[in-house]
Amino acid sequence: MSLIERLAPQEVGFPLPWARPARNKVRMSDALLLSMKVNGEEVEVAAPAHFTLLEVLRYKLDLIGSKQGCDKGDCGACTVQLDGVARLSCLTLAVQANGREVRTVEGMTGAHLHPLQDCMDKSVAAQCGFCTPGILMAAEAFLTKMGRVVTRGEVAEAMASNLCRCTGYTKIVDAIVDASAIMAEGKN
Amino acid sequence: MAGDFTKERGGRIEGEEVQAWQIGKAHRKIDAVDRMRGLLRYTDDLKLPGMLHCKIVRSPYAHAKILSIDSASVLAMPGVHGVVTGKDFPTPYGVIPWTPDENALAVDKALHVGDGVAAIAAIDEDTANAAARALKIEWEVLPAHFDPAESLASADQINPYSRTGNLSKKVMLEFGEVENQLASSSCVIEGDYFFEGSTHGAIEPHCAVANVEPNGVLTVWSATQVSHYLHRELAKVLDLPGNRIRVIQPPLGGAFGGKSEPFDLEFCVAKLALQTGRPVKCLYTREEVFYSHRGRHPMQMHYRTGFDKDGKILAVDAKTLIDGGAYSSFGLVTTYYSGQLLCAPYAFGSYRFDSKRVVTNKPACGPKRGHGSVQPRFAIECQLDKGAAALGIDPIELRRRNFIGHDTKTINEFQIGSNGFMECLERVEASSQWKERYGKMSYGRGLGVAGSTYISGTNYCIYPNDMPQAAVQVSLDRSGRARVFSGANDIGQGSSTMLAVIVSEELGLELADIRVVSADSDLCPVDLGAYSSRITLMVGNACVQAASRLRKQVVAHVASKWQIPAKRVNLVRGQAVDIENPETCMSLAEAFALAEAEDGMLSAVGNYNTPRDRHGEYRGGTIGASPAYSFTAHVAEVDVDVDTGVVQVIKVWVAHDCGRALSPKIVEGQMEGSVYMGFGEALMEQHVVDYNKGGVHTGPSLLDYRMPTFLDTPDIESLIVEEADDQGPYGAKEAGEGPLHPIIPAISNAIFDAVGVRMDKTPFSPPRVLAAIEARRAQEASGELAPHKAALREERR
Repeated sequence: MSLIERLAPQEVGFPLPWARPARNKVRMSDALLLSMKVNGEEVEVAAPAHFTLLEVLRYKLDLIGSKQGCDKGDCGACTVQLDGVARLSCLTLAVQANGREVRTVEGMTGAHLHPLQDCMDKSVAAQCGFCTPGILMAAEAFLTKMGRVVTRGEVAEAMASNLCRCTGYTKIVDAIVDASAIMAEGKN
Repeated sequence: MAGDFTKERGGRIEGEEVQAWQIGKAHRKIDAVDRMRGLLRYTDDLKLPGMLHCKIVRSPYAHAKILSIDSASVLAMPGVHGVVTGKDFPTPYGVIPWTPDENALAVDKALHVGDGVAAIAAIDEDTANAAARALKIEWEVLPAHFDPAESLASADQINPYSRTGNLSKKVMLEFGEVENQLASSSCVIEGDYFFEGSTHGAIEPHCAVANVEPNGVLTVWSATQVSHYLHRELAKVLDLPGNRIRVIQPPLGGAFGGKSEPFDLEFCVAKLALQTGRPVKCLYTREEVFYSHRGRHPMQMHYRTGFDKDGKILAVDAKTLIDGGAYSSFGLVTTYYSGQLLCAPYAFGSYRFDSKRVVTNKPACGPKRGHGSVQPRFAIECQLDKGAAALGIDPIELRRRNFIGHDTKTINEFQIGSNGFMECLERVEASSQWKERYGKMSYGRGLGVAGSTYISGTNYCIYPNDMPQAAVQVSLDRSGRARVFSGANDIGQGSSTMLAVIVSEELGLELADIRVVSADSDLCPVDLGAYSSRITLMVGNACVQAASRLRKQVVAHVASKWQIPAKRVNLVRGQAVDIENPETCMSLAEAFALAEAEDGMLSAVGNYNTPRDRHGEYRGGTIGASPAYSFTAHVAEVDVDVDTGVVQVIKVWVAHDCGRALSPKIVEGQMEGSVYMGFGEALMEQHVVDYNKGGVHTGPSLLDYRMPTFLDTPDIESLIVEEADDQGPYGAKEAGEGPLHPIIPAISNAIFDAVGVRMDKTPFSPPRVLAAIEARRAQEASGELAPHKAALREERR
């Protein structure tokens, strides 16, 4: 017999979780149907028209890797790639991603860690790790575009829209430079 | 009689000599890959069936009486399930038990813009936001006080619970004869300093989720760095026994002191979950994070420092006015720390500090990385630089002459153990080529030095008790795995990795075979949390004790099977090995199975409590006393644009004595992060409200509050100094907060070397620097001052 069966509600001291019926409200605005390719997979998703891409990823698709740090485009923690270009998903309406290809941090790792993730791990470049998904997305787009070994100065310039409050950036720059060498080698 | 938990400190079996196989090595953090793959669930990533979303309605006024709140009409809105106001939380709380002066939501009046007034739970965020906008509140606006001096003089009491008007705390302590010593000094430097408020800016906003489990236990998941204090305050405010509450800290997205006390959202989600029977989540907007604040206190500091002709410090006299904001927070401690943490690494001939913390109608200040001591450190290190200049002594040399030494007592009677400050100075002096370059670079270019000390945890816990400050439980099983249960909060600093490294070192397990379960009040022993840089030393010591007890147990069984003395058995690299005959070995899984067959389940606890004989014998003499102190020295190199006042920090050399570095890469990360955070405070950041616009924050966003980006941050060279301390696990001390302190005065001192002006007010923004340069030029033109670096000016052009 469970504890709850043994105790009368007043003895538990709290209203029982199922004391009120679950409310299941359907809104017409939920009927906006979007289709996009997310991490290589075609998805169809219904979302209110005002939902951002970040909200659709986190709330509708349960891809919680992209983080909400400010919800107004200041911190970069929500950075994803839209058709290979780094974008702030909190400033992108979900409808803007309709019919396009979205890549999130969850899509980075196949059978092996992505070189960027491996270099970040090796350099201990993630402390709390909250900005890291956005950093990885921005850095991957940058390195893919460059296609060669990059300098510390180039990294600092390319990454200036992603804030990190833990690391002082030093080890992240180390990791991105290291990864650029591995990625450039892999291309040749 | 309290137990002596420190008697057995762990350590090796007598006669056993073993090379460290994990301590001091480069480690990958045990949970970093999960974070990097986006798999780890932070608080806002939790989603429970039927979960409601909570929004807190906040005061638009800096000081206003609540006349009425129309909860009923909002509650009638479709989709709204619950509304709570201050009346639902009549019990005041405060993280410091002596100053319970805030309610979860304002009861009678709001004390600052952004003070929480009501909380609404609704089926989704949009509905909660709409309801929050619709909630009608009648206000009577009261006069607000923003300036601490004005507030102190006013008869209007801001905080209703205060027993001393708008004076939040006053501390005056004197050691030695300050006035006499000042009178006999050959040089007295007098200066006024102002340290602007700044905030933590963790990228993860505060978030909490509450749920009432079917068995009646209230579970609260919160982005907190002090689960235990949250647990205590929830019990108090909700009037529930502690054993009916479970607090879990999910992985945390940065804290820096900004999550080290309970916040309104935790009480609100808990109360709303109890009222509605549904899980409830609240996520702060970034604006709310700024208004919840608890960041660095603005401090006005007046310092007088007396030196003898050789530069020895005869007297330090400090008078400090601290702007506390609306609530006490940790303010009692802050007020003590503003004076108590200054008495090393230099010996003072005499010392007096007089600190007052004042209540104002602003978001409350609290602990930010380097709590209470970053501001006075700025003042004293600038004072020393001015003294060195006045006496014609090299600033590094002046600091050496005042070195307090190791195994000594400070003037405020704190016992110092190890002290690597001299090596820190040497390392930054050599690396920065100080001797060749200080004072010799062209006009506009300069070097500056500063030093500091910080605590590795506090000897006395926030609420007095005789129980251990830290406890760790470790268990092993036949699969060759260890589980580590610790209440410590890993806030990104890597404390869980630190525990795994220790268990790995003691038991020979690979890091991958160690599971750390932390910060869950139902599963883990009590720990006081991540503050005061206490975890490595305190939790580390407890962990060494637990793990070494298990090691001895396993080793004994292996030795008896092999019929050799225990000291010949080593546990390393996943194996038990006979040191003298390495072919004799077995896997740890076998070794654990052997011990488990003999003794049953393999589990041990370790405890740690602080030594109680390292503080001062006077009222307040325990506050700021620590088992061990870290030491730091910085040299900063700057380039000042004399036409615009823009200061560019070219490079920072930071040498930090963290005792034994258990994991050097992680220590470097702490040093670099500290330099970065202090650099932002020196040049860019200010957390201020607009006095002329009713006390609204001047820039409550991550764009307007100017945190340094990749591009702003200087090149940082970390130099680890390892002066092992008897009190720390394997000799380790703190690394997370100490390295922040010197950067601000080091930059100020470097600006002096560059252009001959003193920046005594943070941040050193371009208009301020330019104004100072222009003022100096005027003085040079009138002949009052000699041109700064006259001979080196041509080079620049």
